[in-house]
Amino acid sequence: MNLRSPLSHVLGSGSAKEGTDHWWMQRVTAVALLILGSWFLYGLISLGSMDFEYAAVTDWASRPFHSVMLTLLVLTLGFHSSLGIQVIIEDYVHGPMIKVAALMLSKFTHVFVALTAVLAVFRLAFGAGA
Amino acid sequence: MNDSGRPLSPHLSVYRWPVTMTVSILHRATGAALSIGFAVLAIWLMSLATGEAQYSMVSEFLQSTIGCLLLIGWSYAFFFHLANGVRHLFWDAGRGFEKSQANASAWFVIVLSLALTVALWMLA
Repeated sequence: MNLRSPLSHVLGSGSAKEGTDHWWMQRVTAVALLILGSWFLYGLISLGSMDFEYAAVTDWASRPFHSVMLTLLVLTLGFHSSLGIQVIIEDYVHGPMIKVAALMLSKFTHVFVALTAVLAVFRLAFGAGA
Repeated sequence: MNDSGRPLSPHLSVYRWPVTMTVSILHRATGAALSIGFAVLAIWLMSLATGEAQYSMVSEFLQSTIGCLLLIGWSYAFFFHLANGVRHLFWDAGRGFEKSQANASAWFVIVLSLALTVALWMLA
């Protein structure tokens, strides 16, 4: 005798305990990156016409709206990249220890790179740089 | 092994390589390449925030022959992953699953990503 509904049986009960979260976040970040990535490419093209000169690029990157977009870009990029690399590791790395190690290394690296980028954007935004 | 006389399923070596397979592999490969590009973006931003000397060091490398080749590669990876990502989103919405549609959209992604890469560097 089981009084639980069929739905409550399956909710969160997969081996991963998280259902479609990974898949869905990959899609959400993908759609966000369509916008953020296109914006960044447009920015690079406009900076290209100024030869990527230091003064021009710092001026561009430190504008308030650009700081917001750059922060969103690197955070979303880090999240999306982390999800993608995770799947690649899970597909090709099979030893249990080496797999966990590789997954951890990937997560640490992604957080490190994303934080580095965010801090750089903040430094430019708040004028703490040179 | 096959002593029953029954037909074997086609093995990889006699399998006609479908274009959808190429695009699928390229989607993963370009994604991995863009992950490395993400780290380079972080380095570029950090050099910009550190000072002019550090920034010119990074720009000098990116404007060298190797740097330019890498940037062309990343721009192609960006366009390909973006275009094929949209293709995936259409699949997620339940559209474009027919074999003819999947083949056509695969070729479309290949041509579009190459065209956009060429257009970008003609412009640059």
